[in-house]
Amino acid sequence: MTLRHLLCGVMAVGFGFAAASTPASAQSSGSTLAAVKSKGRLDCGVSQGLPGFSNSDSAGNFSGIDVDLCRGVAAAVFGDPTKVRFRTLSAKERFEALKSGEIDVLSRNSTWTMTRDTQLGIIFAGVNYYDGQGLMVPTSLGVTTAAELDGARICTNTGTTTELNVTDYFRSHGMTFELIAFEKTDEVGAAYEAGRCDVYTTDRSGLAAERLKFADPEGHVVLPEIISKEPLGPAVRQGDEQWLNVVKWTHYAMLNAEELGISSENVDQIRDEQAGLVSQGQGNQEIQRLLGLGDDFGAAIGLPKDWAYQIVKKVGNYGEVYDANVGPDTPLKLARGANALWTNGGLQYGMPVR
Amino acid sequence: MTASAETPSSGPTRAASRPAGSLLYDPKVRSIFFQVALLVAVIAFFAWIVQNTTANLRARNISSGFDFLGNTPGFQTVTTLGTYLMDVSGRAITYLDVLKVGLINTLLVAVLGVVTATVVGFVIGVFRLSSNSVLYGFSTIYVELLRNTPLLLQIFFWYFAALRAPWVPDARGRVSFFWDSFHFNITGLYGPYPLPQPGFDATLWAVALGVALTVVMRWWARRRQDATGKQFPIFWGAVGLIVGLPLLVFLLTGSPLRWEAANFVEDGPVLRRGFQKGSGMLLIPELIALWLALSLYTAAFIAEIVRAGILAVNKGQTEAAHALGISQGKNLRLVVIPQALRVIIPPLTSQYLNITKNSSLAVAIAYPDFFSQVQISLNQTGRAIELIVIAMLVYLTFSLITSAFMNYVNSRMKLVER
Repeated sequence: MTLRHLLCGVMAVGFGFAAASTPASAQSSGSTLAAVKSKGRLDCGVSQGLPGFSNSDSAGNFSGIDVDLCRGVAAAVFGDPTKVRFRTLSAKERFEALKSGEIDVLSRNSTWTMTRDTQLGIIFAGVNYYDGQGLMVPTSLGVTTAAELDGARICTNTGTTTELNVTDYFRSHGMTFELIAFEKTDEVGAAYEAGRCDVYTTDRSGLAAERLKFADPEGHVVLPEIISKEPLGPAVRQGDEQWLNVVKWTHYAMLNAEELGISSENVDQIRDEQAGLVSQGQGNQEIQRLLGLGDDFGAAIGLPKDWAYQIVKKVGNYGEVYDANVGPDTPLKLARGANALWTNGGLQYGMPVR
Repeated sequence: MTASAETPSSGPTRAASRPAGSLLYDPKVRSIFFQVALLVAVIAFFAWIVQNTTANLRARNISSGFDFLGNTPGFQTVTTLGTYLMDVSGRAITYLDVLKVGLINTLLVAVLGVVTATVVGFVIGVFRLSSNSVLYGFSTIYVELLRNTPLLLQIFFWYFAALRAPWVPDARGRVSFFWDSFHFNITGLYGPYPLPQPGFDATLWAVALGVALTVVMRWWARRRQDATGKQFPIFWGAVGLIVGLPLLVFLLTGSPLRWEAANFVEDGPVLRRGFQKGSGMLLIPELIALWLALSLYTAAFIAEIVRAGILAVNKGQTEAAHALGISQGKNLRLVVIPQALRVIIPPLTSQYLNITKNSSLAVAIAYPDFFSQVQISLNQTGRAIELIVIAMLVYLTFSLITSAFMNYVNSRMKLVER
């Protein structure tokens, strides 16, 4: 009797698993956009707190350029940038969260690498910040270049590409080092500040942000060397090109808006001006297409015709987002540099809407 | 669990008296049938899980397999016992190597933790029963404080308390003690490293001989006590054989052991000053913090187990021992503790298992234990399932070995009923 019950139990559990696994496998091939629309919100994976990129204040309001990318996607899909639920993720859990369907888009200062693009079942949708890994040292060490760091103790956090880059850099320069890898950024900062290690390494934008948290920010200097390329951008699951396009073109729309001089402040005025010209077959064709005044570019990716207008109106163009979160007027004081538009000698290049 | 258990009294006889044709009603056959059916179902279940997982991984374009273990990892492990034993410097290493390094580091902290937690736990546990109000008060506060706060918090506390303490000098300074042979600064605790010279083998042989002689001596002393009732000071004999004899040999062979001190540089570029890598013996602060946190936390639980064990021994036992004229010390050693151990050992096993498993919190403070190496490898290779399976198997093996050993000790200790 007991045995038979046990057997039935095992089988029931087995069927339970089978039943549970079916929707999971179906979801990966299905439409993320449809799922997002039906649940009425976007689930966006962000960092656990990196000022300028994704950070929440005491009231739980998120801000940062990674956050604004998600808000842009929400504005494009719903016309409402607030319909986003942010999920804070550690560096090591981020890709699993995306793969498992817990979040719809990962916008968490993640580096676009070949391994991640080809082996993890995810795909990157663009680069919203061109970063590079840097090295920060206390000024008391008297070190001015990375070449003097032979034998240094280096603190970093696990679950990122930073330990890989610093290992590559030191190996290829024939220098020795000790790597002390923590799980979370906060502990790295605390251990470095206490003097456990000589060097703190992470993306230069991250170093700028962490330095602000120190008791004596002036006592630390970021060395000039950039030891790796760190193109940071949003990622989505593989196998859903429609959703990939939604995220990709949200970013391009923000870039194109800046290039065309459209900002959240003047977008209504420009749209009204151009709307009057459309019927006459005149006006700036690029602006008309971007703002949904001419042909419908939204329908092909499952978005409303005015998707790009909504992004610019509700969130802003790339330059606005940059200046508000990481630009020279913020505590991070990061110059545009490689993130300037291509027209200004930078790398940010929005693919044309046509 | 077998079907024959349903008819325990009459099963076998009835089966024997039945004609051979009705196998259907043979309880033995039925029991085998159901057990085989269950086994097949369980195997099929797991086979289906594996098959389903690989199919899903393939469908999502995720690479899988264990081939990555031979690849070169893009990270380096801080110098620990593991990196020293695996000798990872100056050669091409693989993921398998870094996992082994982690394994050794986990074993190290687990063994250190078990030993320290046991000693501290027994002392605190006895204090808890003390009539001395200071000892009792201290041990009570200790147990309540450490048992009721999260372990991760305690690990952070010890780690950052060690790093931030004002009397801990920075990486370029040092504090020396024990006649300048030990030093510490923020990068760890440095001591001399023993370098055996030719002729040191004799001392090692003397230790082995001492242990063997102790076993013989104990056997002889037992027999003599059984025969004549005379007792022999086994403890001091053992000390003489295991410590005294090798020491004598060591001195006679001309002290063939050199101590290599940690190399400390005081001038030159700031970055090069301080203790140099690869000289002397080093305990990194991460290990010290984890060791302290794990042992002090677990000791609080062990103290309660010990207290319960001692209280479980009936007061009449002590009174009877006193009535027989057995001294206080011998009463504790020969009457109370052997009986208390029967109560103590089973829950103690769980605490030992907890130490090993809790050591996986090490990643929070950058101690390169097994789990932290798994996590870093996981991030770099993306082989989540493979690495988690390896991690589970390793921790399971640790736990099973610990359990097996403790069960053996328990079977030696438990009440032998006649």
